[in-house]
Amino acid sequence: MARPTASSAPGILGWLDQRIPVVDFWNTHVGQYYAPKNFNLWYYFGSLSLLMLVNQIVTGIFLTMHYSPTEEGAFASVEYIMRDVPFGWIIRYMHAAGASFFFIVVYLHMFRALMYGSYKKPRELIWVLGVMIFLALMAEAFLGYVLPWGQMSFWGAQVIVSLFGAVPYIGQDLVQLIQGDYLPSGATISRFFALHVIAMPLAILLLIVLHLAALHEVGSNNPDGIDIKAKKDSSGKPLDGIPFHPYYTVKDLFGAGVFLCIFAFVVFFQPTFGGLFLEHDNFIEANPLVTPALIKPVWYFTPYYAMLRAVPDKLFGVIVMGGATLILFLLPWLDRSPVRSIRYRGFWSKVLLFTFTASFLILGYLGSQAGTETNTLISRICTVIYFGFFVALPFVSAWDPPKPEPDRVIMHE
Amino acid sequence: MSKLNLQFVAILTWAAAALALASSSPASAAGAACLPFGSIQVTATDVPTLRRGAQLYFNYCASCHSLQYMRYGRLAEDLQLSEEDLMNNLVFTGARAGDFVTSSMPKGGRGNLPGSQEWFGVTPPDLSLVARSRGVNWIYNYLNAYYPDPSRAIGWNNLTFPNSAMPNPLWELQGIQEHVVKPQSGDIKADAAQVDCSPNAFKKVSDGSRSAQQYDKDTRDITSFLEYVGEPAILKREAYGVWVLLYLSLLTMLLWLLKNEYWKDIH
Repeated sequence: MARPTASSAPGILGWLDQRIPVVDFWNTHVGQYYAPKNFNLWYYFGSLSLLMLVNQIVTGIFLTMHYSPTEEGAFASVEYIMRDVPFGWIIRYMHAAGASFFFIVVYLHMFRALMYGSYKKPRELIWVLGVMIFLALMAEAFLGYVLPWGQMSFWGAQVIVSLFGAVPYIGQDLVQLIQGDYLPSGATISRFFALHVIAMPLAILLLIVLHLAALHEVGSNNPDGIDIKAKKDSSGKPLDGIPFHPYYTVKDLFGAGVFLCIFAFVVFFQPTFGGLFLEHDNFIEANPLVTPALIKPVWYFTPYYAMLRAVPDKLFGVIVMGGATLILFLLPWLDRSPVRSIRYRGFWSKVLLFTFTASFLILGYLGSQAGTETNTLISRICTVIYFGFFVALPFVSAWDPPKPEPDRVIMHE
Repeated sequence: MSKLNLQFVAILTWAAAALALASSSPASAAGAACLPFGSIQVTATDVPTLRRGAQLYFNYCASCHSLQYMRYGRLAEDLQLSEEDLMNNLVFTGARAGDFVTSSMPKGGRGNLPGSQEWFGVTPPDLSLVARSRGVNWIYNYLNAYYPDPSRAIGWNNLTFPNSAMPNPLWELQGIQEHVVKPQSGDIKADAAQVDCSPNAFKKVSDGSRSAQQYDKDTRDITSFLEYVGEPAILKREAYGVWVLLYLSLLTMLLWLLKNEYWKDIH
């Protein structure tokens, strides 16, 4: 039996629509999805994250064709891709720099949510799914980083996997289960490869589908943090809403163009980004007998690495580092402000967010440097500030008097 | 503070932090190596430079140091050499064009013949990626920072790479420069802090076959060659990049006009 809403469109579209709800799907998610008209620069980073996901998958497919997931072949096969595979160097640089750009846009996307209260009711689930994507992405990036089997791949894997050894009773068995060996080795490469190209991408894709489904159910927040569905016209469309297509498809296409210019500049002119995206030590093949002078993770992990190092006890350090990511899940229920957007919050809410962001950036810098005494001291202070944000938020957000919100969204042109 | 300003400040904060992070990191990778001759600009895309560098490399370095990821044929193609030129000038080992550049030095001893382990205590490292891991400044300084040191078994030492196992392979070209040691106070910490990491740490005592300027250029050419060997794609990368950026910026301008066309009614 045909659905009552099935279109009577002619031709192939009609034929398809009577069998699968393409028109409904298009209308729900694109054609008649009403988004607030006042999105600013910060609202590009969601679609850009999706763009980077596609970039990683497409370049990853081609890398998989030439990469050898073995202890003997991994490092050499990456050099083979860089030298002998036609255009292999472009594909590899796009994938390696792509990982860094993925994290740049995801971090900015998350910061947008913090600024405009996008995690607040009714969007708690979108935020929770987003944090799950963030965690899955960190796992995916770590697994991928091990694959080229350079010195930093090996020693990074050694440090990170050994963290599981801090688990009481089963720690050492857990480490061997993850590595498939007593040290990171060929067994580690092949299982990390399987997880990196199949398991984690599938999980990330599923989470993204859920993230978008939850978003399209409740509708997008906006820089003013007010509900656009509160003011509708006679036909039931939000007065401040515009259909995602064509308005935001063309706007996001423009955003993608600007972003790709920056991305291409890095890929073609600064592919290692001064050792930040592709590290110097990772151009030396893994050697279990030679420890690098400074073992540090890639830049997007350094804030959490700094927190780990700031704690003298290994198990407690792991708990602090894990807690720093897991505590993000609680954010929707810690924020008790009656308004969403930072625009209409009081002075102290702004100070709180600024201090939190600053502590995170400082931790990121410290995590990339050697662990000196001063470094450790500042890391400890910043770790306390990082967690202090979540402790202070319920009180500051409830007490800090907000400014009056406007009835309708405000356009800045 | 207006909303726009707040946003602008937030974006600037992010950008500044990212820059601080970016500019600080490469230094840590270089470590605390002494680079008395500072930084150089290499010209790894200039074919005559690469040819001179390759010539020096194959005459003075290649017998011990392999380039295991580099094929002779690729070298000939990129350096615009005919197969005849390649075989006559660069291939001394009977290798064929598709072969990788391996060294002829045996790693371990064979019968009565000693190998690199017996000669130097270490196997000379492969140099395919040395410009990637050490950086060009390190290579250039290393080649210029040799001095005789009777306390070392091989008779040489190096200010950039202390206790290097390699004697100066280019001494015939460079001549000999001595290390000017300041009077030692006996306090190890103070003496270590006293190490002069500048060109003044050296005093020329005998001339080589090349003048100081010529030798400086020789080491720059070898460095450029190794930069190229570390990433052969460097010859095409930036040239492609210009076209890609040109295309993307035109596309972005069109998308900007398209966006404005659709958005002109939204207020």
